[in-house]
Amino acid sequence: MTSPSRRDFLKTSGFLVASVGAISLTDLAAVQEAGPYADPDFRQLDSWIVIRGDNTATFYVGKTDLGQGTGTAFRQIMSDELDIAYDKTSVVMGRTDITVDQGGSGGSDALQTDGWPMRRVAAEARRVLLEMAATRFGVTTDRLAVSDGVISIKNDPSRRVTYGELIGGRRFNVALTGKDIDATTGVAKIKTVQELRMVGQSPQRFDIPPKVDGSLQWAVGVKLPGMLHARNVKPPVAGANLLGIDESSVRAIPGFVKVVRKGNYVAVVCEREEQAIRAARQLKVSWQKPQVAPFPTSEDLFEYMRGAAPTFSIPPVTSGDTDAALDGAAKALEAVYDVPFQGHTAIGPAHATADPSNGQMTIYSNDMKSYGLRNGVAQFLQMPRDRVRVIWMDGPQAFGRTAADDAGFEAAFLAKELRRPVRVQWMRQEETAWDTKGPAYTIRMRGGLDRDGNLVALSYEARACDHNHLGYNEPDTVLIAQLTGMRRSTPARGGVSTPSDMYVVPNRRMAGHVVGLPVVWETPVRTGNLRDPNGPQVTFASESFIDELAAAANADPVAFRLKLLTASTDDDSGFRRARSIAVIKASAEKYGWDSRPSPRPRRAGNVLTGRGIAYAFRNQTVVAEIAEVEVNRTTGRVWVKRLVCAHDCGLVVNPEALRHTIECGMLHSLSRALHEEVRFDGEKVTSVDWISHPTLTHADSPETIDVVLVNGDPNPHRPDLQHYGAGETMCKPTIAAVANAIYDATGVRIRRVPFRPERVLTAIKATSA
Amino acid sequence: MSKITLKVNGASHVVDVEPSVPLLYVLRNDIGLEGPRFGCGLGQCGACTVIIKGEAVKSCTRPVSTAQGLDITTLEGLARDGVLHPLQRAWIDEQVPQCGFCQNGQILTAKALLDRNPHPTDAEIRHGMQGTLCRCMTYYRIQAAIKRAAKEMAS
Repeated sequence: MTSPSRRDFLKTSGFLVASVGAISLTDLAAVQEAGPYADPDFRQLDSWIVIRGDNTATFYVGKTDLGQGTGTAFRQIMSDELDIAYDKTSVVMGRTDITVDQGGSGGSDALQTDGWPMRRVAAEARRVLLEMAATRFGVTTDRLAVSDGVISIKNDPSRRVTYGELIGGRRFNVALTGKDIDATTGVAKIKTVQELRMVGQSPQRFDIPPKVDGSLQWAVGVKLPGMLHARNVKPPVAGANLLGIDESSVRAIPGFVKVVRKGNYVAVVCEREEQAIRAARQLKVSWQKPQVAPFPTSEDLFEYMRGAAPTFSIPPVTSGDTDAALDGAAKALEAVYDVPFQGHTAIGPAHATADPSNGQMTIYSNDMKSYGLRNGVAQFLQMPRDRVRVIWMDGPQAFGRTAADDAGFEAAFLAKELRRPVRVQWMRQEETAWDTKGPAYTIRMRGGLDRDGNLVALSYEARACDHNHLGYNEPDTVLIAQLTGMRRSTPARGGVSTPSDMYVVPNRRMAGHVVGLPVVWETPVRTGNLRDPNGPQVTFASESFIDELAAAANADPVAFRLKLLTASTDDDSGFRRARSIAVIKASAEKYGWDSRPSPRPRRAGNVLTGRGIAYAFRNQTVVAEIAEVEVNRTTGRVWVKRLVCAHDCGLVVNPEALRHTIECGMLHSLSRALHEEVRFDGEKVTSVDWISHPTLTHADSPETIDVVLVNGDPNPHRPDLQHYGAGETMCKPTIAAVANAIYDATGVRIRRVPFRPERVLTAIKATSA
Repeated sequence: MSKITLKVNGASHVVDVEPSVPLLYVLRNDIGLEGPRFGCGLGQCGACTVIIKGEAVKSCTRPVSTAQGLDITTLEGLARDGVLHPLQRAWIDEQVPQCGFCQNGQILTAKALLDRNPHPTDAEIRHGMQGTLCRCMTYYRIQAAIKRAAKEMAS
């Protein structure tokens, strides 16, 4: 290996001795001289854990913490397995040059998938240290006890040695095995649930104090010697072709350095940030509009989607004969649910800084998938992979936005062009218009009840506008690749999802189709991963419709669901059925659910109250949510006064951090339920700022949020209880729970997201007319 | 360019910038402060908030020349002699932030609110904080932290 080892960084840069969360700019500047950057070897214990002479440990993991406290959780699980005090540990995440490639964040897999190798390597380090102590003391390891990084002889506690004394400043040199990084293991066994001490506690998140006192170094704040500032000039309409640039329109701006143009990609580069902003506004660029309208208007979107030829269909999932059962049903229902495109609209727009010094390329980025950005940039710029590295730093909430990290690619491209460090940042209007969107859905539901109100047939047919869904930092799909003409020839297939429930319905059919907009390249209406990419849309339809069926059967919505769940005792290895039943019961109990059919009998007054439930799972994490709403029937305003979530993600590592994540995740979906919609005319996005694209505000915050952490496993004390992912499941049922509560309050069924006051008011008026 | 003197967190800084430049860029790029952040540049989200003369001000739309000579407080200047402000302590006790990007504006807007109204009702908190957006949706805990800090500051 020609590159300096990580331990050399330790000696030369002082970077790793910096306290957690406090990466100083001086340290960054010192480190950036190094290169090339070979991959840390995940099959070496030293790549994961460093123990210093002062008996502190640093963990190096290939994940990023987007503000849900996963970094704290990693320290908890690893310190637990290592048997070292939590407060003697720190964690370094997401730096491609010094942390193993676990892919960064995504899919709520931090604990569910990547937590396992972390636990196993920490257990292995503990085993190796016990062996070393046994050799030192001349005893067998079974005579040793270990506590908080100190090993002693069981019968003679005066004979003791610390981890730091055994290994501090030296390498383990222990090889690990495993076919891939997820399978990485030593020979040590991990602990049983009963042996874990830090897991299940709630140490305060280490990332919070520096976020509160202003000391955190953010990716957006990186400053490098000689750094330039860049801004984009984006096409005024989707699919426009650049005809010409009048550079004289900006040459007189103080600090002007260069206009960079390649294909339809245009950036201006200046010495100072405000100069670049001015130049981007002032640059005269002439564009040619495309021949074809790139998309319908947002008002016409769903009609367009229902009429478009599918570009892809999933094989239907069927049981029984749904059509025949619908025909024979005593009561048949049909409803169509529409969810528009919804954006990430991160609180801070896309940004990155790239440094081309010494023939390397270092990108300072908040990319949740920093490893993918590194690979993508290397291919995009045709640089050897080991000359590119990404230093992950904190940034505005990601939830999938940086899985297509436009700014990271742009910064690297511009730094290479300018041969100087370049910082690029999008403006608000660009971000809100051009960020990646969650796919729009139109879903047709049909259901049939028998004479006794039993659900005998259920049909789900979805159309997702997701053709050319952007993936994970591929060098030929990010926006700059499209604009510079380096895009791939075939659009990505995209996806469409089906409901996630354990309901037993004798005749059931679930089908899905992907449709595309007329223009799928160089367009602001482009789909990507938005936190649980399809779940809120699908669950809005499926769980609203279950409520419609319950109402048609004159049944209580909770009882109706429980009947569908308990109609079978078949369960999977994760006990999803048993746990589904447990969360529904727990949420109803916490809420104080009064059993009765919806809607609630009409009352006097302008403010109507109601409650609604919805449930879903994602992989093995199961949630049920109840929303209590107040609907003002004279204004149409909906206020969700109370939210209850019963949540089962198996073994909970940090209950308080989990509760907070669940609260915020539900409110994220509440924002999507009440406010969010990407609007566009026939050629551009028109919802571009916080006025034209409203979001949840303080005024919308519920009065009460109750989170119940349920362990619905039939054997709640199982020693191998697994830790499932918890970053997204809670987003699924919220929209449906709110819609069901609005129905309960008003008797009006809203089947189109978002539930803005004018839509609710129109629906109320239509019903009472 | 002109020389402009700014008083930030008790210290004086002379900067040489265009007078019309928004204060935000000068605080971040010339004075090196990380607290105020760019969120929208339109005065709509509050991520750039600073306190000037006791008022929460959106620095992304405030020309630097109009802040000349005034006392400017940023998130970095809230602690006194290394002791965190009660709001900052409440923010930690309630474990408020997720990503944290907006929290500068949340904390400083809350400070201005409590400075003019030490015992706000729930409705006054909602109203007073409404222009400060959080896309991680930490509103529920922010409101709890404001109430906690108000209680502590009163005792």
